Amino acid sequence: MLKTEKLKKHFGFVKAVDNVDLEIKHGEIVSIIGTNGAGKTTLVNLISGYLRPDGGRILFFDKDITYASPYVRIQMGVGRSFQLIQLFGGISVLDNVRTALFSKYGLIKKGLWPADRYSSVTEEAIEILNNFNIGDKKDLTPKGLSEGDLKILDIAIAFALKSKLLLLDEPTSGVATSDKFKVMDSIISAIKKEGISTLIIEHDMDIVSGYSDRVIVMHEGKIMAEGRPGEVMENKEVKATVFGIVS
Amino acid sequence: MLFEYGLTFAIVGLGFNLLLGYTGLLSFGHGAYFAAGAYSVAMIAKYFPQAYSIEILIPAALIFSLILSIIFGFVCVRHTRIFFSILALSLSMLLYALLFKLYHITGGSDGLRVPLPSMLGITFKGVRRPEFLSGTYYYFLLGMFTISFLIMKGIVSSPFGKALQAIRDNEVRAELIGIRVRRYRFYAFIISGMFVGLGGALWSFVNGHVTPDLSHWVFSGEIVYMTLLGGFGIFEGPIIGAMIFTFLKLYAMGNTQYWMFVIGGTLIILVLLLPNGVAGAISNLWMGLKRKMTEGFHA
Repeated sequence: MLKTEKLKKHFGFVKAVDNVDLEIKHGEIVSIIGTNGAGKTTLVNLISGYLRPDGGRILFFDKDITYASPYVRIQMGVGRSFQLIQLFGGISVLDNVRTALFSKYGLIKKGLWPADRYSSVTEEAIEILNNFNIGDKKDLTPKGLSEGDLKILDIAIAFALKSKLLLLDEPTSGVATSDKFKVMDSIISAIKKEGISTLIIEHDMDIVSGYSDRVIVMHEGKIMAEGRPGEVMENKEVKATVFGIVS
Repeated sequence: MLFEYGLTFAIVGLGFNLLLGYTGLLSFGHGAYFAAGAYSVAMIAKYFPQAYSIEILIPAALIFSLILSIIFGFVCVRHTRIFFSILALSLSMLLYALLFKLYHITGGSDGLRVPLPSMLGITFKGVRRPEFLSGTYYYFLLGMFTISFLIMKGIVSSPFGKALQAIRDNEVRAELIGIRVRRYRFYAFIISGMFVGLGGALWSFVNGHVTPDLSHWVFSGEIVYMTLLGGFGIFEGPIIGAMIFTFLKLYAMGNTQYWMFVIGGTLIILVLLLPNGVAGAISNLWMGLKRKMTEGFHA
């Protein structure tokens, strides 16, 4: 469903993303790993339309979206979460998700009736929060949430937009180690339920091997290796550059 | 008469706070839309006296403030934060200069007189202004305030209002959930301008006289001040702020020539001690009391 062909992005002399060919199939969960500066976040920024590439193409369901605006991509179904959480801090957890739904359904033009009157939207928002196991916190503002719950909420908002492809930038960074699996369980179970394709940037190898169907290793802007989690981790080159193990 | 002044400013505060409290834009130029409303009344009195009835004046004021806020808003919403504030201020000063300099049309610094309008065919010839204000007009004003209150309450709790709050909280993410940020800021700006324009028109009948000062940034500053005084984080805040400000200003002006000192002093106290304004303080107090009472219940 998502394909990139010879995708390129340079910052001055730094080749952040260099001729990357990538494919993600329907319902697949793919992780990208790599050292700092390998170009992982840049790649996600290119796919979500945050940055314009210097060359190459991005195809989504065979449509060229290389230069489409983020807005258009969202309408088409490319959603993303952020490494640094991006939430609406002054409104309730429920409203965080509900506003995304209102926007998705084109209801934000409706300016006179209270949001609560759109009960089907409210129910849907509550269902999403329940799927992500944060339904009991719907009336709090994000200030009252733990780091892990904030991450989950951030992803729940992207999820609410009915994305067909979710780009998750470090979904567990900043989350206490003991909570990481709980957070990922909530996220992955909600994603699998809907059969959404997912691209995850992650550092934690336990998470990568536990949840992904396929792993892509990036190094200096290029794809260095890819395959099933077990295979990739045994790759000598990967061991040396990513994990710093010389055997 | 003070209460009538307060009510008109309450409508202004409601409109202003849609931008400040709900969209996160601080305008230092909202006097311009107030002036647009007030001057459309005064100009109709001067040039089209046959149309000088309130059923025509209110829609006319709304249309003029709509047009002005479309023009100014189009420029302003391209920016946020301090740039937005300064731009709004400069544009309102532009209007001030026009009202001030075009003496033959606008009456210059002398301003224009606002006679008593007719209402639904009833004329108020021979009626003195205080009687007019405390009679028919008082109820009309209460009605207008109630309508404004309900409409604004509807707007801020609607999906549209939620979208504005999302923009206020995080404009990057708002764009990424598919909200056209600039366009929605523009809508908020226009609605805000129209409410302020309505307040200006209603105020002009109370005051009986309009001057270019209404579009001066000092006057815009007063709108900001009363909103802060009441508390912009709470829907009712600006209403409370407008009432307190009206009384405070009059008593301070009546009792001392240093009334600016009183206003300045309260502003300092406000920022330091009551960052959520008077309404915020009351609501905190109320919450605290409620907690104490339930705790007492359980103990």
